[in-house]
Amino acid sequence: MTVLSLFNYWAVVVLMMIGYYCVIVRGNMIKKIIGLGIFQTSVFILFISAGKVLGGSTPILRDGVSIYSNPLPHVLILTAIVVGIATTAVGLALTVRIREAFGSIDDDDLDAAQKDDAE
Amino acid sequence: MIDTITEMMPFIVLVPLIAGPICALLPGRGLPWALATISASVAFVLAAMTLGAVFHGETLRYAFGDWAPPIGIEYRVDAANAFVALLITGMAAILLPWGKALVDDEVPERQGSFYGLFLIALAGLLGITLTGDVFNVFVFLEISSLATYGLIAHGQDRRALLAAFRYLIMGTVGATFLLIGIAFMYILTGSLNMVDLAERLPVDEGSRALQVGLGFIVVGLSIKLALFPLHHWLPNAYTYAPTLISTFLAATATKVALYVMLRFIFDVFGPAYSFMALPLSAGFMALALAGMFAGSWLAIFQTNLKRMLAYSSVAQVGYMVLGVSLVTVAGLMAAFLHLFNHGLMKAALFASAGLIIYRTGSLRMEALRGIGRQMPWTLTAFALAGVSLVGVPPTAGFISKWYLISAAIEADQLWLVALILVTSLMALIYIARIIELVWLQPRPEGAPVVEEVPWGLLVPVWMLVAANFYFGIDTRLTVGAASAAAQALTGGVLLP
Repeated sequence: MTVLSLFNYWAVVVLMMIGYYCVIVRGNMIKKIIGLGIFQTSVFILFISAGKVLGGSTPILRDGVSIYSNPLPHVLILTAIVVGIATTAVGLALTVRIREAFGSIDDDDLDAAQKDDAE
Repeated sequence: MIDTITEMMPFIVLVPLIAGPICALLPGRGLPWALATISASVAFVLAAMTLGAVFHGETLRYAFGDWAPPIGIEYRVDAANAFVALLITGMAAILLPWGKALVDDEVPERQGSFYGLFLIALAGLLGITLTGDVFNVFVFLEISSLATYGLIAHGQDRRALLAAFRYLIMGTVGATFLLIGIAFMYILTGSLNMVDLAERLPVDEGSRALQVGLGFIVVGLSIKLALFPLHHWLPNAYTYAPTLISTFLAATATKVALYVMLRFIFDVFGPAYSFMALPLSAGFMALALAGMFAGSWLAIFQTNLKRMLAYSSVAQVGYMVLGVSLVTVAGLMAAFLHLFNHGLMKAALFASAGLIIYRTGSLRMEALRGIGRQMPWTLTAFALAGVSLVGVPPTAGFISKWYLISAAIEADQLWLVALILVTSLMALIYIARIIELVWLQPRPEGAPVVEEVPWGLLVPVWMLVAANFYFGIDTRLTVGAASAAAQALTGGVLLP
């Protein structure tokens, strides 16, 4: 177990932090959605990495192969990808509507507009 | 009989889930509403039968496609989830018939997709509640959340869009945290079934991965639960959503998140591990108390009625989590009892606030001055539900607080009793402030004259108010079910 053998998990951690940082810090809604996408993708990689069995082959039944990689994480992540796409779609749809209603998709402008509405 | 109910129990989720897309295709205003009401009522009847079957400690298990768990996905129902399912379906069955006129008013077009989304959100909440598979919890959580974002964005005010977007960001982060936690559990055990996980998780070895997984799950669900300080999505979402949606969400959404968090902490990880691995007891207690005070304090100074009720919800979530933080069966039971009772009182409060907005078109406190004499039945319902929120006998709110205080005394935490009483007084202040404004102050000159709403809208609200008083006097159902729920989660074992 060297540092390099955990390469996948390092990639997960780095992607997760980039995505999460982007969600928190960026004021632009599209950038927030991009950050959210990176954040979710990092979790998908975490799941799929865990499904790899050393020396295992693709999980298709055939002669001469006895060790298979675990197919279940792939199936789970297919579902999670669909969920992620649905989230992105709803987020983008809301962004379009917000742009129509407020004329901006930047957090600072929107906060100002929200304050105006309250008065 | 039990077998029949086991076969029918999955339909609590399936009926709204299948009816949802059909509803979205139906034209006009009457048909989608009728289908939504019928499917919510069917789910309610099924949930009531299921609770009846598990009331004395039985567990119903249904394996989908006859794939035996832990390979297949199963629904696993005991008193804890049957109780929560009864609350959710009951609220949907009462609020849908009530909400028709308000939805006609607030969402005049494309009601098919509106009711369709409502049913899908309902199915998602019920799916989280009934399932015995942790990945299924994540999928249903996202199904209900995505539908909820869409529903909130239907609000008339343009700020509803912003509230929906911000909820989407926070909600997705929360759900992804849950997914990370599930990934850790899966990597450690290779299983996703809750019962199987409970046996296989290496709780005795003190694995760091398991500890991190639990942390991610607790934080992720705390966002959904609106536990202070992760509550920022809630006030705006509840304020700007259409009235039917704020009422339904206030009564159900945070409760489901609390239930599923308890399921993870007590059933999957086990209380002995959860409370040892992370300082959950102290953490929950501190955040619950902070939420109780901050929520009540902010509620006192709001100028919008719905926002005031939303901040009050943040405080009330604190009471439930406080019960959990005691780590006793009595505390857990108080949490479940308040989960149900708070659903009743918040639904009644939001519903009567909805009737005010239906007539006046505004929820700003200024517009409500002296309105009590013009809409006496609505405002009396509001006042009585508010009395239940404060916790005056003989109301459901009193029963919740009574059991919570007893649990605190039993756990030798007398100082908590004082704090619970202080926050109840703060609730009295913000409720009394409204009562004073609408009844004791004169209607200003030139203010528009409003009429009382029709009986069809008042009856469901008064049914909710009556339920608040009924469950304050006859507590057999609520206390019995809450006690059975606490027993089911802890397995009847005394906690450390």
